[in-house]
Amino acid sequence: MIHFVLLISRQGKVRLTKWYSPYTQKERSKVIRELSGVILSRAPKLCNFVEWRGHKVVYKRYASLYFCMCIDDTDNELEVLEMIHHFVEILDRYFGSVCELDLIFNFHKAYYILDELLIAGELQESSKKTVARLIAAQDSLVETAKEEASSLSNIIAQATK
Amino acid sequence: MNPFSSGTRLRDMIRAIRACKTAAEERGVVRKECAAIRASINENDQDYRHRNMAKLMFIHMLGYPTHFGQMECLKLIASPGFPEKRIGYLGLMLLLDERQEVLMLVTNSLKQDLNHTNQYIVGLALCALGNICSAEMARDLAPEVERLLQFRDPNIRKKAALCSIRIIKKVPDLAENFINPATSLLREKHHGVLITGVQLCTDLCKTSTEALEHIRKKCTDGLVRSLRDLANSPYSPEYDIAGITDPFLHIRLLKLLRVLGEGDADASDSMNDILAQVATKTESNKVAGNAILYECVQTIMSIEDNGGLRVLAINILGRFLSNRDNNIRYVALNMLMRAVTADAQAVQRHRATILECVKDLDASIRKRALELVYVLVNETNVKPLVKELVDYLEVSDLDFREDLTTKICSIVAKFSPEKIWYIDQMLKVLSEAGNFVKDEVWYALIVVVSNASELHGYTVRALYRAFQTSAEQETLVRVTVWCIGEYGDMLVNNIGMLDIEDPITVTESDAVDVVEIAIKRHASDLTTKAMALVALLKLSSRFPSCSERIGEIIVQFKGNLVLELQQRAIEFNSVISKHQNIRSTLVERMPVLDEATFIGRRAGSLPGAASTATAPSVSLPNGLAKPAAPLVDLLDLSSDDPVAPSSSGGDFLQDLLGVDLSPASQQSGAGQASKSGTDVLLDLLSIGSPVQSNSVDILSSNTSNKAPVSPLDDLSSLSLSSRSASNAGPVIDLLGGISSSPPTENNGPVYPSVTAFESSSLRLTFNFTKQPGNPQTTVIQATFTNLSSNTYTDFVFQAAVPKFLQLHLDPASGNTLPATGNGSITQTLRVTNSQHGKKSLVMRIRIAYKINGKDTLEEGQISNFPRDL
Repeated sequence: MIHFVLLISRQGKVRLTKWYSPYTQKERSKVIRELSGVILSRAPKLCNFVEWRGHKVVYKRYASLYFCMCIDDTDNELEVLEMIHHFVEILDRYFGSVCELDLIFNFHKAYYILDELLIAGELQESSKKTVARLIAAQDSLVETAKEEASSLSNIIAQATK
Repeated sequence: MNPFSSGTRLRDMIRAIRACKTAAEERGVVRKECAAIRASINENDQDYRHRNMAKLMFIHMLGYPTHFGQMECLKLIASPGFPEKRIGYLGLMLLLDERQEVLMLVTNSLKQDLNHTNQYIVGLALCALGNICSAEMARDLAPEVERLLQFRDPNIRKKAALCSIRIIKKVPDLAENFINPATSLLREKHHGVLITGVQLCTDLCKTSTEALEHIRKKCTDGLVRSLRDLANSPYSPEYDIAGITDPFLHIRLLKLLRVLGEGDADASDSMNDILAQVATKTESNKVAGNAILYECVQTIMSIEDNGGLRVLAINILGRFLSNRDNNIRYVALNMLMRAVTADAQAVQRHRATILECVKDLDASIRKRALELVYVLVNETNVKPLVKELVDYLEVSDLDFREDLTTKICSIVAKFSPEKIWYIDQMLKVLSEAGNFVKDEVWYALIVVVSNASELHGYTVRALYRAFQTSAEQETLVRVTVWCIGEYGDMLVNNIGMLDIEDPITVTESDAVDVVEIAIKRHASDLTTKAMALVALLKLSSRFPSCSERIGEIIVQFKGNLVLELQQRAIEFNSVISKHQNIRSTLVERMPVLDEATFIGRRAGSLPGAASTATAPSVSLPNGLAKPAAPLVDLLDLSSDDPVAPSSSGGDFLQDLLGVDLSPASQQSGAGQASKSGTDVLLDLLSIGSPVQSNSVDILSSNTSNKAPVSPLDDLSSLSLSSRSASNAGPVIDLLGGISSSPPTENNGPVYPSVTAFESSSLRLTFNFTKQPGNPQTTVIQATFTNLSSNTYTDFVFQAAVPKFLQLHLDPASGNTLPATGNGSITQTLRVTNSQHGKKSLVMRIRIAYKINGKDTLEEGQISNFPRDL
């Protein structure tokens, strides 16, 4: 299973963290510090796997961002690599050629997408289309709710004038 | 809207934070935002709750504390609208983890949302539950999740399946409830549901054997069919990755088949064909294809043996190993590691490639390869493999050296075909990476060296050479110093020359130089310096010509700030200057350290099964038939114990001196000495003198009789002069006096008498009595009978007991034992057992006598005492 997902920028800034195994806040920041040290210092041509505290961390760099997933020792590293790519493609479709800034300003959207992809550290959906459809449906639910709320407040505003 | 509440939008806050130049500035912005959010929370502001939560999540991601927002998550979740719930659940998953008690408060909202009519809200609740639920929540909400496994919308079914995985991991007892709904998911066509269903079944099989049996029986064929359909399916754009339809589903199916096939021949049989198909037909030029092949190989290696498939799998790994992609090579090494147990021969074929990987640029690959090499080593290939590894040690990265050194040392120790090779390799490692060598490793090296008497000269010369080039390696220095102290004369005189060596010219002062460098080097630690000091003392006797110079070096340490060195320097100085007559006896070569005991101690247990009567050894180990020998030997129990004692005997040996008398601690006695005063004894021991706490007894018990007293007197006077105060805990009566005493009256409970010790020449029987009202004390009457045809003169019996016992020996009835049982010597022993009722008696004995003026010695251990003594 995936123990956590981590997105870190080349400068070591955290862009997304998702924990599927219990880590306390203290452990979390320690993990992030340790791992960014290890991963950011690796040369480009090396393999995408790092052994770390009895687990393995699979990472892949896309532009300025490192996507990392920590998995069990017995898991399939190559598959996780493919999973990271799967996630990136979905993000790319959603944002339209995604860049780091998209993930900074719309970090919650990235989380929503991740939640449609993984639950309990396991893969949920292998179809990019399905994920995109589900996210779009929920986004439109939010939009409708917002519109309703604003028209409601307009009515109230007019009524109380 | 409230005009006084915080105004900045999420986007503006992120911008402001990003615009900060320094960390302090950023903290300022965050503090201001947090203050505004707290104020808004206190006002119970509904309109901005949504936005505040988003901000808090961002602030949390930057690593600032956000616990004050936790209750806001619960409020958002409890509100009716989808947008609030969506952000509320996200906050819940981000800001909280399963150990926070606040989480319990959300159980009710979750339960309501799991039953909501809006399927997206149900989805949110399932997602949150799957990611953070605790055992209590799992128990409370399992029925809802179980029901949702049959929900009409497939997207909810898949979420419920993954949620169930979390639940059965938290509460394995609930697994059986999920077996039936899980197996019905396997019949689905929707990939998401199928993927999650297969995953759920895999986890069920791991948690419960009942589930494993059920799924193996009911679903194996169906799964094989699904995999076949998937492998043969035509191009489908939705699931296609690099020409393969849904590799994720492939991999999960293969994984579940592996679980089902393991240990079951029938199930394994039914999946052979499809595995062969996947292994041969899958494209291997992209990551996705390789991931499937990798999984397939794992499955083939795990399920019940099928020769043909295994060959196929090993071939795939061979192909992986020669791949240029580092990722592929990494997984190949990883997989070969697991394949070693199944087919070591096949893995051995790739040895050369694997060895190359040890030298790879990539640390992950190096580490994997090294571990693989480690399991591949055996008696036949150890020499070339170690040569490669040692050669590589010279050029390896510093951070890899520690691993590499440990592995090499372990391989060398485990598989060395001969001692000289072992010593050679260890010297190479010590000179290359001595600072990474662990203490046990060089202790072991010293034990081996001390046992290889024909290699003493060779070793000390090799070390001398190595020291000239690698004096910065601490452990090399220690071993060198120890060996020069012991075998310095062999270094100078080229004794024990092997054909393969070139003679070297080393003067006595060169040898002293080495030790002097070691002791004066600033980088040397206390252990090294203490070892060097002992070596100097030894050399002062071995090299009389350098004695004066050595004396000067030692004198310099009389003012050392480290108490241990100072004290030792003063003692040694007085040995050199005032006790010339006994110095040579004191600094005798160390008795051979017992390899078996040492290795056994390292393994945490002592060798040998519990043997009640230990076999006596008539011949003395390493010729310790010197006057002082019995005493030294008795103290130095662990080093030349000729028979494997029973396990209680092992403790006993350690108890005897009240310290952990491992050979290692003898060598580095000074290093430990700072911990307790008792350890001081070790140092004296290592140069062959007695423990001072005992010396008092030795004196008092021996002055009264005419036993061979003189050497003992010398020794005790030495220790008294060096240090008269005894700080060694309870005093142990090691040696008893010898004179006759009348047998004591027997009026306690009756115990059977035992033959405590019997050899071809001597028998010792014990009769036991207890004095009424004093159950702890046993009076033992020892009777010695001569079984040989010679008369024994100067008969001395000595006994030693562990700390929990106190021993008092009365004088013996005589010191001459007539031949062939024509008489006997009796002696009374009084043993007080402070652990009466918990531990039974044990005793170690030594009997010395003369046959026609020739010294003879017998020793043994007695542990066949009746219980309850």
